[in-house]
Order: sequence, then C-alpha cells, then structure tokens
Amino acid sequence: MSLAEKRPDSGFRLSKLIYDSQYRGYTIQFLFLCALALLIGWLVDNAYMNLAKLGITPNFSFLTNRAGYDISFKLIHYTNDSTHGRAALVGLINTLFVSFLGCIAATVLGVVVGVLRLSKNWVIARLMTIYVEVVRNVPLLLWLLVIFAVFTEATPAPRDFRGANPSAHMWLWNSMAVTNRYVALPAPEFFRSLGNIDLVVFKVSLDLLALVAVVVLGGLADRALRNHAARVQEATGRRPTTWWATVLLYFGPPIALLAILGFHFDYPKMTGFNFTGGMLAPNSLFALWFGLTIYTAVYIAEIVRAGILAVSKGQTEAAYALGLRPGRTMRLVVLPQALRVIVPPMISQFLNLTKNSTLAAAVSYPDLGATLGGVTLNQTGRALESILLMMVTYLIISLLISIAMNLFNRRVRLKER
Amino acid sequence: MKTTVFLAAAAAVGLFASMAQAGTLDDVKARGVLNCGVNTGLVGFGAPDANGNWTGFDVDFCRAVAAAVLGDPTKVKFTPTTGETRFTALASGEIDMLARNSTWTYKRENDLKLTFVAVNYYDGQGFMVPKSLGVNSAKELDGATICVQTGTTTELNLADYFKQHNMKYTPISIKDSAEGKQQFLAGACDAYTTDASGLAALRATFEKPHDYVILPEIISKEPLAPVVRKGDDQWASIVRWVVYALIEAEELGVTSKNLDEMAKGTSNPELNRLLGTEDNLGGMLGLDKDWAKRAIAAHGNYGEIFEANIGASTPIGLARGLNAQWNKGGLMYAMPFH
Amino acid sequence: MSQAPEAFCRSEMLPPREPPLSQRGAWKWLHENMFSSIPSGAISVLGTGLVIWLVVQLYPWFAHSVWTANSLNECRAIITKTWGEGADGACWAVIHERWNQYLYGFYPSDAYWRPDLAFLLMLVSLLPVLFARFRKLIWFSAIFPAIGYWLIWGGSFWVIPAILAGFAVGGLAYRLTARLSAAVGLAAAALVAVLWWLFLAAPAIGLLDSVAPLKLEFVESRNLGGFLLSFIIGFCAITFSLPLGILLSLGRRSDLPIIKTSCVLFIEFIRGVPLITLLFTASFLLAYFLPPGTTFDLVLRVVIMVTFFAAAYIAEVIRGGLAAIPRGQFEASDSLGLTYWQAQRLIVMPQALKISIPGIVGVFIGLFKDTTLVIFVALLDPLKGITDAVRGNASWNGIYWEPYIFSGTIFFVFCFGMSRYAMYLERKLKTDHH
Repeated sequence: MSLAEKRPDSGFRLSKLIYDSQYRGYTIQFLFLCALALLIGWLVDNAYMNLAKLGITPNFSFLTNRAGYDISFKLIHYTNDSTHGRAALVGLINTLFVSFLGCIAATVLGVVVGVLRLSKNWVIARLMTIYVEVVRNVPLLLWLLVIFAVFTEATPAPRDFRGANPSAHMWLWNSMAVTNRYVALPAPEFFRSLGNIDLVVFKVSLDLLALVAVVVLGGLADRALRNHAARVQEATGRRPTTWWATVLLYFGPPIALLAILGFHFDYPKMTGFNFTGGMLAPNSLFALWFGLTIYTAVYIAEIVRAGILAVSKGQTEAAYALGLRPGRTMRLVVLPQALRVIVPPMISQFLNLTKNSTLAAAVSYPDLGATLGGVTLNQTGRALESILLMMVTYLIISLLISIAMNLFNRRVRLKER
Repeated sequence: MKTTVFLAAAAAVGLFASMAQAGTLDDVKARGVLNCGVNTGLVGFGAPDANGNWTGFDVDFCRAVAAAVLGDPTKVKFTPTTGETRFTALASGEIDMLARNSTWTYKRENDLKLTFVAVNYYDGQGFMVPKSLGVNSAKELDGATICVQTGTTTELNLADYFKQHNMKYTPISIKDSAEGKQQFLAGACDAYTTDASGLAALRATFEKPHDYVILPEIISKEPLAPVVRKGDDQWASIVRWVVYALIEAEELGVTSKNLDEMAKGTSNPELNRLLGTEDNLGGMLGLDKDWAKRAIAAHGNYGEIFEANIGASTPIGLARGLNAQWNKGGLMYAMPFH
Repeated sequence: MSQAPEAFCRSEMLPPREPPLSQRGAWKWLHENMFSSIPSGAISVLGTGLVIWLVVQLYPWFAHSVWTANSLNECRAIITKTWGEGADGACWAVIHERWNQYLYGFYPSDAYWRPDLAFLLMLVSLLPVLFARFRKLIWFSAIFPAIGYWLIWGGSFWVIPAILAGFAVGGLAYRLTARLSAAVGLAAAALVAVLWWLFLAAPAIGLLDSVAPLKLEFVESRNLGGFLLSFIIGFCAITFSLPLGILLSLGRRSDLPIIKTSCVLFIEFIRGVPLITLLFTASFLLAYFLPPGTTFDLVLRVVIMVTFFAAAYIAEVIRGGLAAIPRGQFEASDSLGLTYWQAQRLIVMPQALKISIPGIVGVFIGLFKDTTLVIFVALLDPLKGITDAVRGNASWNGIYWEPYIFSGTIFFVFCFGMSRYAMYLERKLKTDHH
C-alpha cells in the first residue's frame, strides 16, 4: 500500500504557469485582467476622444438649473422654479412610491390567485388560469395602455359633477369622488397642527410622527400587559381578561391625540374645472399601480402555486387528520413551509416590478424615467449624464431591495429544521 | 463568442459604417445616400404610407436636399427618431440632418452644439378645448387640467404662460397624440396643448371636429428648423440654402410645373442665378449649377410642399398665416441670391 | 326427491338504484365543482356573471367589424350605414391594409420571400432543439444563424461560409493547442476565430465574390420593423444569450476570484437596471465608446444590449440549476480525472441545463415581450412603433384599439406556445427523473 506522497517540490519553473493547476489559475486571471483593463481603457479613451471632438464636456451642473416644467403628481414640494435635480428627486420618490404600493398589492393578489388556482371550484380555478395565461403572455406596455384607457373611459369626467343636475355623484355622503382624472379623497387636517420638521430635502409632518409614536407606545404597553397576563397565568393557572385593555391601549391614546390636535377632514369640492381641497390621487398612479400589480401578481401566483405544490401532501393530510379545516391548514401548515421556496424568486419579482415601473411614461405617471430620463433629458439634451444617473439610481435601488429581501430570506430560512 | 461572429459578419457586410473624418458633404456623396432623421409618425410632417414611402412636410425638405446634393430625391434613408433620441442621433453621426419639427432655441444651439439652419415652419403653441366647456380664451383656464404633449418645448411654455398670468393648472404629460386624444375626448383633461399645427392635425381626426375649438392665444414662438451638427459650415450652408431656394422659388413664382421653362432663361437675373442659367452659385457650395433646380423639381417650391402636406386642401387644413411669404403678410423671407 | 326449497336469497343482482339527484350527472358535477359551499357558490355565480357581462359589453363592438376600407373615416361611414347612427364598431381594415407593415416593417416588398423563408428555416432549425426525435438535424440549427442573417440582410452569399469557416479554423486551433491545456485551447480557438473574422473573412468574401458573384440585395436594418424586428431581436438575443449565460454562470461559480468578481459585477449590474436604460445606452451611449468616426447599426446595438440583458438572467437561472446538482457529481468527475471543461461539458452542464429549462424558457418569453420596448429608441416595434407610424398617416390617424388588440393577440399566441412547450418539457423531464 502506498500512501499519497508529498507533493514533489521542485521549485518554481516558468512552464508551471501553464501546466501546474496551482499556478494556472493565476495565469488565467492575470491574462483576463489584462484583457479587461485593455478593453476598459480602449472604451474610456474612445469616449474621451469622441466628447472632445464634439466639444461636449459631460457635467452634471444642469441638475442645479431651473427645471421650468410642472409635474402632475409629487409627494414632496416642487414647483417649476425648482431645479432639475429636484425634479429627478420627485421622480425617484414617485418611482419608489408606486413600486412599494405595487409590491404589496401584487403580493396579496398573487397569493390569493395562486391559492385560488388550486381551488376545487371549477369556475374560479378556470378563471384564474385564464387570467394568468392572458396577462403573462402579452407585453406589459399593452396592459398599461389598456388599463389607462379603460380607467379613463369608465369613470365620469369632473365636468359631469358640475351643474344643478349632475350626471355623476360623489360617494360616501359626498366625501369622495371617482373621476377619470383622479380620485378625490378627504384630506386629514388639524386645527392645532404641530407643524413640520424641515429635513432639507423634504418635510415630515410632526402630527404624523406623534401619531406613530403614540401607536407604537400603545403597542409596547399592550405587549407588557400580555407578558404580565402570561406570568399571572403561569403562576395561578388563570389568565386575567385583557382584551378591553388591549382595545383601550390601541385606540384610546391615538383618539385622544387626534382630539387634542383638532383632527378633521378637508372634503373635496367641485369648483370650476376641478375638485379642490381634499387629496387628489391621479389616475395615472392607479393605472400604473394596477397594471404593475396584475402583471406581477401573475408571476407571484405561479411562484406561490409552485411553492404550495412543493410542500409534501403528507403535511396536508396530517393537518386534516388533526382536524384542521382547509383554510387553517393552508394558513398554519402549508404556507409557512411553502414560504421557504417562495421568498427567493419573489425577491426578483419585486425587483422586476420596480424596473418595470419605468414604463410609467406610457400612462403619464411622472416617475424617474419620465422626469430625469424624459422631460429633463429632452429639455437639456444631456442624454449621457441623464441616462448614467438613471442607471446608477436604479442600480442602487435594486441592490437595496436585494439586500433587504435577502436579510428577510435569511430570517425565514432560520426556521428550517 | 457567438456575439463576435455577428459583429465580424456585420463588419464584413457593412453594418459597421465607418465614417470618414472629412466633411458631411463628402460623406454623403461617397455614400450616395442622405441619412435624414424624421419623426416616428406625425401627421402631415412625416409618416410612412402603406408601402413604406415616407411623406410629409419635413420629409420633402430631406428629399429636396438629397436632390440638390445627390441629384436624386429618392436617395434618402429616413431614420425615425423620438424626442429623446433625435439630437444624439445627429451628434453621433447616425444621421446627416434632422428635419423633425424641432424648435430653434438658444440652449439647443449653443449647449448641444447644433446648428439650426433656417426656419421652414413658424409654429406656436396653442390650446384646444371642447366647445361645451364654454371657454373662449386661454386666460379662462385657471384651475384646469391640461394634456400636454411632451417632446419639444411645450411643457416649459405651458408653465411659463400660467405663471405669467398667475393661474394654476394640473398637467397631464402625454407621450403621443393618440394617447392624448384618448384622454382629451374622454374629458380627462379640459384642454389639450401642443403646437398649433399639431392641434389642427389632431382635431381633423375627431369624429366630430366641430365640437372642439382652438383658442386664439398662441403662447409661444416655435420656429421649426432643420438641424445639422455644429462645426461643418459647408454642410450647414447647403441645407440652409436649399431651404432658402425653395422659399425664394415661391417668391419668384417658380413651380415644379413651369420650372423647365424658367430654367431656359428669363429676364429676371435673380431667377437665372437661382436656377443656374447665370453664374455658378452651386460651385460656391461645392455643388453643381443645377442644384437649386433639382431641389425645386423634387416636390415643388415651398408653397407647393406646404399645400400638398398640411395646406388647406389636406385634412389638416392649415392656413399659411405666419408661413406666407414676407410680401404677403408672412415671415417667409429667403436671403437674397446674390 | 323433494322439491328444492324455495331460494331465500336472490339469484340475480338487483339493478342498482338511480343515485340521488345531487350525486348524478350535471348536478353532481355542479355540486362538487361550483357549489360545494356557500362562499364557493357565490364566487362561482360572481365569476360567471363577470364573464357574461364582459361578453355582452364587448360583443357589439366586435360584431360591427369592418374588414375592408381605406381610411378611418370610410370605416366610420360603413359602420353608420350598416348598423345605424351611433353604432360603435371595430375597424380591422387598418390591419388589413397595413398587414405587411405589421409583419415586415419597411422591408422591400419584392423581397418578402426572404424573411418568410428565414422564418420557415428558423422553425426547422428549432425542431432539433425542441424535440428529441429530430436531433439529427442539429447541424442545421448550428448553421441557421448565418443563413438567416444572409437572408434577412442580404449581401454576398459567401458571408455564410466565411462565418462558418471562422468556427472551423477555431476548432482546428483548439485541436492543435488543446494538448497544452483545455483553457489555452479555448483561448487560442477564440483568438484565431476572431482574427479570421476581423481580418481575413472580408478579403475571402471579396475573393469568392469576384470568382462567383452570388448576391442578394442588401437591406438596411432601418427598414426592419414590425414582427420581423421582434423576431430578429428575440431570436438573436435568445441564441447568443444562452452560451454567454452559461459562461457567466460558470464564471460566477469559479474559484478564481477575479473572474468570479467580474461575472458577479456584470450580472448584478445588468439585473439591477431596467431594460429601457440599457436600450437608451444602446441608442445614446454606445456611440461614444466606439472609436471616433465609427458607428454601427442601431438594431445591432440593441441586439447586443438585449443579449447582455438576457444572458444575465439566464446565468442566474443556470446558477440555480447548478446549485441543485449534488456535490457528489462534481467529486465523482474529479475522481475520474476529468479536467474542468470536460467535467462541465460531460457531467455538470447536461444536468444543470435540464433542470433550468423551464426557467430559461421563462426568460425567453419575457425577452420576446420586452422587444416591444425598442420603441423607446425609435425602432418600429409591432405594438407601438408601427402603430404610431400608421397613425401618422392622415387616413388612419385616430385609430386606437384595433392595432393594440391585433399585436397583443399575436404576442399572446407565440408566448402561450412557448409557455406550453415549457410545461410539456417540465412534465417530460419529471418522468425521466424518477
């Protein structure tokens, strides 16, 4: 029997760079690096020469110039006197906003559809199959155009609310109106507002902060109460009734706070061409949100369905044997296990949704692509800079979402035994 | 690795166009074809018909330049461009000239290094509203929602106008007129704004065009002009003087019908210089004597091009207005051919 | 013999009784599949109602279709004349009149046979890839890209052998140098092939052309449009992204840190930005990175960018497939003394690709749909680009739904076909796993 001998150490020879697998890696990497450096150098050199020839120097100073155009939907303060940079920021926040809403709605709808596709009800299973197949096999751009047009056609114009005998009516005791421009909602207002904190880039309402703080404090107090109840239960065997205290803790302080701040609603009213007052949520937002939701939900539904099917049938049968009803089996036994399979592909769907929101221009929603990559690019002609800036921004968003979701994934995964 | 196959093959057959560093004129002559950037589809100004032939007001200017330079108005390759891609396409050399209803502005000329050669259409931004709205002036639009077609300088003008008159509005930015029409007809916006020529073209497509009015206010100056890269003066001169030749031809009464007759020589020395029967003006541009004659022969003089594409006899039905000759109350004024 | 006692049990079976009404025929089916519980029943009624409502709403519009007319106004006149004032109807005449434009864009009409033939050949070349029983035809799939390229763009016929010869000389170089090491062999093959294509292919084509001129009229890419463009971009990107994606996925799992980092950076960068920005890059920025004075075709630039885009996604799909292969397979191939490339080619990739096929097809479907985005760089895609061009003509200005419905339907047919194929494959692969 011979044992593996020690590696013969004959010193380094040049030929080892090719023949010895220990060194070959370095050779390959070195060559690769050289080639890459050459390529990048060549590209940069070309770009430099081209720009010099055209007499254009790339700079981002246009971001500090006055934008001069208006944006229909903005979550932070913006007028046409603001800068192009701020317009880009408005667009970015709009992108994040619609992506956030879209991710939540698509998840909810996707899970529902995924579960319903496995339903025993023939009609509903078929309908869901049709929905999935039709939506996923047609380009998103078409869905957005269709949804936007349908929204516009199916709802009354604001002018229909006008006059003594209007053809359209407001809903919920004249507090909200659905029109083909926007949904007019009552806006929360305070008689004794605490004002805003100015965070340079945007303002944060102190009232909102106070409300959040009170709710969080209430939640913490409730948790302490429950812990106390659990201790009492362990000591005495009887659990004191706490539900009324819970209700009180959650609802009492916020209501009190709202009363102190003088909370009331500002209702939208029809004046002139449009509704004024209240909050006006534009249709472009709904169309984009809805379009992204139904499109992405299809993929999420498929992921959910695959995840559920991946949970072995024995689990369901065991749950039935324990006497759990189908709904509870799904919620308590199947979904938690399916989640492990579901979460990773979901992350890429959320990323896709965010990236797909660049189609916003098709429904005239002012996202980053429509402000920075659209009007600003158009007005300033700074294509190189605008596109680079847009790419970097999306890259950062994507990486952040990836990181956040991977952290979540790790948490879900830890439960695996 | 397979990608390189494609690249190499492309290089072999000519997808890789290598442009000489010489002037655009030499490139165009060497290539035998003029690359002209146009709109992806704008009624009356540039759109392909069922056979893929491009027609339109801007398109005819491209053809006139091709006729002057290459002697054949069909030797044009039309490249559709969007509002975002047009200037880059020009700067990168993909196209030799851009005739895509582009407004001549200070920033574009000096910041983007472009040369706007000569105005071929004086436009201005206007508003269209449904008659039932009962609005007779743009000044009554305070608080209105306005569909604004993005692409040129429209958003800026709109913002400026409302600011100037201390009025409020909500914009709905629309990418193209088809989507805009959808929104406007459904009442999702009270008024529609774009260049007046665009408004007329749009209104012509409505089922009931007479239910809509174009308001009298014109809120901006939109001198539309063909564009070339800055730094090639010879090429800029050629495109500029082709435009002037077409305008001058109308002023002097040269049409595609009487062109041959006129070219035999007339008593008007200016006309003779223009058509190359006297002097050799073309030689100064690096062209031959008949350049202007060919440009006019392509689609007629300025007035003929106007009438054929956007004039009163077309569905768009634009009046000459500012675009009439200077001696008929308009602004069309060709520099003298001396 | 006494008489046999009266039988007290039946000698023959009773005929089975009819099952109760609720357990029989349509009733049973309805009960089980639609009305098993109150909520289920309610949903069934609601769903059926929704479908009926949609049909009732849309039927008149489809029923009042006009198939031949020369302009929108003519269409409207016909509808009013036939179905009375105020009737609303579809005007499919626009598709009828612009049919060729939707299919071919501005391709010269006397040469429509070329894309037609290319499409047919594409289907043939797909057969061996899609269905195992045609595997013998795989050589045709390998040469089809060259033939298809020649048919669509035209030019000299000798482009095809010139391109293929590149592979041949590359293969030869590999043979000669592979004894040193597989990696060196591959590098040499790539280098020789690229050198051939860059410097020798063009003179060779010229030489052959002078001997035997065999030419098709050259068609410029700007004339491509409609579904032809979608197919070209889709097909090229699919073909080229697969090998690139495999290399990237291998690179990502490589032990060599620099290669691994580069691959990760590339994949994450491409996956992190929207396709539109990559298309803008193709349109705006790529020109800046080429030597001054050169430019190349926009369609080609877009194809390259879309290929990168798809490759990054495919790399991730294949990475998933690689992760699913048991460690033992790698160890076994090592213990057999296979080199890295041998192990990948013979052991790892066949298994990994098999697992990844559904995912890969998914990427391809997405890619095909995404070809509609090229309108953002002013290429005439069938959904918006051609439609805008059609609307740009005074006679069809104002048409809205019909072109969208038409393009949407065609996209649906192809994408649905692809997804069905993926399902078929998934089922097939499942059975031979167990």
